Amino acid sequence: MNYRAIRAIYLFEMARTWRTLLQSIVSPVVSTSLYFVVFGAAIGSRITEVEGVSYGTFIVPGLVMLSVLTQSIANASFGIYFPKFVGTIYEILSAPVSYIEIVIGYVGAAATKSIILGLIIMATAALFVPLHIHHPWWMLTFLVLTAVTFSLFGFIIGIWADGFEKLQMIPMLIVTPLTFLGGSFYSVNMLPSGWRTITLLNPVVYLISGFRWSFYEIADVSVALSLGMTLGFLAICMVLVWWIFRTGYRLKN
Amino acid sequence: MLAPPPIISVSNLSKTYGSGFKALKGINLDIKRGEIFALLGPNGAGKTTLISIICGIANLSEGRVTVGGHDINSDYRAARSLIGLVPQELHTDSFETVWATVSFSRGLFGKPKNPAHIEKVLKDLSLWDKKDSKIITLSGGMKRRVMIAKALSHEPQILFLDEPTAGVDVELRKGMWDVVRGLQASGVTIILTTHYIQEAEEMADRIGVINKGEIILVEDKAGLMQKLGKKQLTLHLQQKIEAIPPALAPYKLQLSSDGRLLTYDYDTKGERTGITSLLTDLRNAGIHISDLDTTQSSLEDIFVSLVRAP
Repeated sequence: MNYRAIRAIYLFEMARTWRTLLQSIVSPVVSTSLYFVVFGAAIGSRITEVEGVSYGTFIVPGLVMLSVLTQSIANASFGIYFPKFVGTIYEILSAPVSYIEIVIGYVGAAATKSIILGLIIMATAALFVPLHIHHPWWMLTFLVLTAVTFSLFGFIIGIWADGFEKLQMIPMLIVTPLTFLGGSFYSVNMLPSGWRTITLLNPVVYLISGFRWSFYEIADVSVALSLGMTLGFLAICMVLVWWIFRTGYRLKN
Repeated sequence: MLAPPPIISVSNLSKTYGSGFKALKGINLDIKRGEIFALLGPNGAGKTTLISIICGIANLSEGRVTVGGHDINSDYRAARSLIGLVPQELHTDSFETVWATVSFSRGLFGKPKNPAHIEKVLKDLSLWDKKDSKIITLSGGMKRRVMIAKALSHEPQILFLDEPTAGVDVELRKGMWDVVRGLQASGVTIILTTHYIQEAEEMADRIGVINKGEIILVEDKAGLMQKLGKKQLTLHLQQKIEAIPPALAPYKLQLSSDGRLLTYDYDTKGERTGITSLLTDLRNAGIHISDLDTTQSSLEDIFVSLVRAP
C-alpha cells in the first residue's frame, strides 16, 4: 500500500474543504435550520406527533440523512470530476498508486466531510428540539456506512460525468426526489398501502428507517433489512468502481 | 561487450482509440539510460499518445512497454516510481500554493517528506520566492516551471518533457535547458518533444522522428546529420561569368543571376566529395575564386523532408 499517496490525496481533498468552508459546511447548516423552522416549528406545531415522538424530533434523522446523502454525492463527484475537468488527473494516473488507494483518498475525504456535517446538523437540531439517541453506536454505524456508500456513488458519477450538467443531473433528478420520498419528513406507514409498496422500492427508505431506529427505536422496516440494503448498495458501488478502474472507463482512453 | 539494457523498452506498441483511430502502429523504441532523447513529429503524429501510454495515463491496445525492466502494467508501481512527467498542457490546481502542490506530488509518489529536496528543486527553477504564492497568481512560464518542479519532486530517474518550452520566453527557456543539462549530468534520462527543432539539435543525444503513428527513424544526432545532411559549397568568383563552361557540366553547378556565385551540392557521406577535383577543373577553365563557404542543412530541413516524403 502506498500510504503516503492516500494521505496526500486525503489531505489535499480536506484542504479543499477548509478552503470552501462557507459552501461546504455553513450553507448546509443554514438550509437545515430553515427546515427546522418551517417543518418543525411552523407546520410541526399543527401535527401532534408521529409514532410517539413530536414531529420536530421525528424529522431530525431524516434531515441529517438528506444532507449526508446529497453532500456525500456532491463532494465526491466534484472531487474527482474537477481534476478531470482541469486536467490535473494526469498526475494521479501517472503516479504509482493503485485504484484502491485513489478511492480511499477521495472517498475517504468526501465521507469524512459529510460525517462531520451530519454531526454538526445533529448538534444544530439539538438547539431546536430535544434529542435523544437510543443507540449511539448504531447511529454512527449508519452514518458512516451511508456517507461512505454515497461518496462512492458520487465518485462514480464524477467519473461518468463529462460535463457540469451531467454532474448535477443525477443528484437533482434522482437523488433529491428519492430522499424526499424516502420518509425524511413522514413515516412510510402514513401512506396508503399502494404507495407504501412502491416506496419500498426506494433504497433511501431503508437508510432513513435504520437511522431513525437508532435514535427512537421506531422504524418503517426491520433494522436488519436496513443494514442489509445499505451494505448491498455499498457492494454495488464497489463493483462499479472496480470495473471503472479495470477498464480505464472515462479515465484512460 | 554487451550494451547496457535500455531504461525504457517499447516493443510492438499499438494504440487504437475507441473511435477506431489508430494513433500508434507497432512502435519499437529503446531509450538508453542517461541520454537526452528528442522525439520529433508533426501535430497528431502520436508523440503525446506514446508518452501517455509509457506514463500510465492511457491504456495500450497491443504490445509491451518496460521501464527500468518493469512492465508498465503488471509492475506499474515500480515502473511509474521512476518517471516524472511534465505534460504539454498547463494542468495545475489554482488555489494551492506552489509549495503545497509540489509537496503533494512527492507524497503521491510515495516518497517521505524532504523539504530540503523541494527547496532545491524550487531554487533550481527560480521559483523559491513564489513558494507561498497561489498558483493562479503565476504567469504561464512560472506555471510551466511549477509542473517541472512537481515532476522532479520525487527524484525520478526518467523525466518526460512534452513540449516543455511552448509559451516560455527566450531567457527562461535557456534557464530551463540549463536545468535539463544539470539533470542529465546527475544521471537522469530525459525524453522530450519539442517544436523548436534548434532545441533538439542543440540538446539531444539521439533523435527519433514519429509520423502518422510510426517511428520513421531513430538516430544519433551526429549520425543523422551526417546521414541525411547535404552540404552546399558556395564559390565567390573574382570575375563574373556568362555561363558555366561545358567542361564543368558533371558537377551540376548553379550560377547565380549576377554571374558571381557558383553553388555546388555535395553529400558528406560520399567517399569523394569532388571538391578537390572541382577546384582543379575550375582553375583549368580559367575561373578564379575570391572566397568560398559551406553550409550544412539543419535538422529542421531534414525533418521537413522526412515528414513530407510519401
